[in-house]
Amino acid sequence: MLRYLTKRLVLLVGIVFVISVGSFYLIHLLPGNPATVILGFGATPEARAILYKQLGLSKPIYLQYFVWLGNILHGNLGISFISQTTVASVIRSALPIDVEIIVISQIMAFAAAIPTAMRSARKPDGIVDRILGATSFTLLSIPPYILIVVLVLFISIKLGISGTGPSAYVSLGTNWITNLESLSLPAFTLAIGSFVVYYRVLRSDLIATLQEEFITMARSKGLSQRRIMWRHAFRPSSVALLGAASVNIGGLLAAGFIVQYLLQIPGLGYTLIMAINESDFLVVQGIVLTVSVLVVAINFFFDFVINVVDPRISRE
Amino acid sequence: MSNFGGIEEVAELALMVEKPEKSEPLGLFFWICVFWVGLNIFGAIFANVLPLQNPLYENFNAINAAPGLHHLFGTDDLGRDILSRVVYGSRISITVGLGAILIGYGVGAPLGMLAAYRRSRFDAILTTVMYLLLAFPAIIAVIAILSFWTPRSLFKIIVVIGVASIPLVYRVIRTATLNVATKDYVIAAKVQGATDRRILMKELLPNIAPIALSFFLIGVATIIVLEGALAFLGLSVNPPTPSWGNMINEARTVLSQNIWLALFPSLAMCLFLIALNFIGDRIRSHFDVTEVKL
Repeated sequence: MLRYLTKRLVLLVGIVFVISVGSFYLIHLLPGNPATVILGFGATPEARAILYKQLGLSKPIYLQYFVWLGNILHGNLGISFISQTTVASVIRSALPIDVEIIVISQIMAFAAAIPTAMRSARKPDGIVDRILGATSFTLLSIPPYILIVVLVLFISIKLGISGTGPSAYVSLGTNWITNLESLSLPAFTLAIGSFVVYYRVLRSDLIATLQEEFITMARSKGLSQRRIMWRHAFRPSSVALLGAASVNIGGLLAAGFIVQYLLQIPGLGYTLIMAINESDFLVVQGIVLTVSVLVVAINFFFDFVINVVDPRISRE
Repeated sequence: MSNFGGIEEVAELALMVEKPEKSEPLGLFFWICVFWVGLNIFGAIFANVLPLQNPLYENFNAINAAPGLHHLFGTDDLGRDILSRVVYGSRISITVGLGAILIGYGVGAPLGMLAAYRRSRFDAILTTVMYLLLAFPAIIAVIAILSFWTPRSLFKIIVVIGVASIPLVYRVIRTATLNVATKDYVIAAKVQGATDRRILMKELLPNIAPIALSFFLIGVATIIVLEGALAFLGLSVNPPTPSWGNMINEARTVLSQNIWLALFPSLAMCLFLIALNFIGDRIRSHFDVTEVKL
């Protein structure tokens, strides 16, 4: 277990290194002198000097990386040249909204996927399984940006529930009920996408688990269907579910970006897209770096949890 | 993938082979899907020859018109024919989908096969590198690179998504090859003195072809979803060139006056994705030669 975790930790450091180099290099993908592109032609010499110092632009490129990395490690992601606030504070105020949407969506997705997958696995190819299979297959092919447009059309416009529509966002601190209302459509959209993945993964894993000998054993002992499902089948199969959830995180964040953008909810995604449109490149870089590291860290955490749930994995 | 971008998720699903007891027939719906995909590709190729209206012509006498005889799918907020724009829009989606996955397969598939066949250090190093790249959230990397790498063009979009798909294709192909490479008939061929080239082309390739084809189609579908997302974020082709993604994006601002503009491109995209996913899924389960069946 310890050996396994050390190995993963080394890998984690490697990945974070690759991400940092990638995010650093983004600025150099811009055509022309980074300072001019970031600040525009009308920049004051002072602003240029600050940026040169921040990015170490006068040094050779590999040294620039270390200057940049040093700043990052001190929590200095630079200054947004549009809003004149630090990139770190921009991210700090936006990130909790993403977290809230994702947490709500995941609760909904698990609450729907676990019982339905169990129901399907109990009688594979039965009527319920076929209906659920066809439904999940159709939902699989509906991109989140189409789903959210449809939801806005029917719920916010046709039904007239305005609290759910575009620019209806209210912060959690102001009023938590209207906050939940304004986040309900994005969370639901993400939940559908996750549900499909979780349902399919858990269903096929449960079907495989239910054919194991220890399940036959449990059946012959006369244990109830419910107990067999939850205690004997779900625990080993939950590993596959956790694995799917871990892999899902990256896509989930990106899908969250789109729905935020559509409903003008000021999370990371909305901030990122606004920054792209305004050519506020240091904000883009900061968000890309933060999100990437976050995804990798979450994957690492899931790895750890999976190991605790199923110690057999680390022994392989 | 409904959570789109989850190219990773697709790999997960593609590797998650369900084992049917008997070979499933392809079924009628399979052929309907094949027909539908064929029709879309036909439309995309021959859009200029087909009797369609100019997708860029703005008819200010028919703004936000409902479907009718003159405009079968209605018109958008600038009076442009929606049917024509949907057909022309499929060009972008299909070009990006096919182009990017071809890059992914061109690099990822030979590497994956070689790694699984050779094993040893070559495999170990390559697999670690690919694993590192896979851990990087691909969609976020694609968004990041495209937002910095200006001016954007269709070519750059295809290259960036294509490169991002390489590690995934590599993993799928490598896993599929590994399953075959240890089979008796491959060992028998080796014992008979067959060359590596012969074994790779004649023994391994035909046996991984169904999985490769299945993942290819699902990959195209995933990339089309991703391209739509990029169009939404303003990172794909620029208007007025129609694409399914930017049509839906335009539609959302006039949603209460014109639902047709949202409906038709969404429908076109979803139906095309369902068809691709279904064909891919069916091919996988149809050709899945498992121990159970042998």
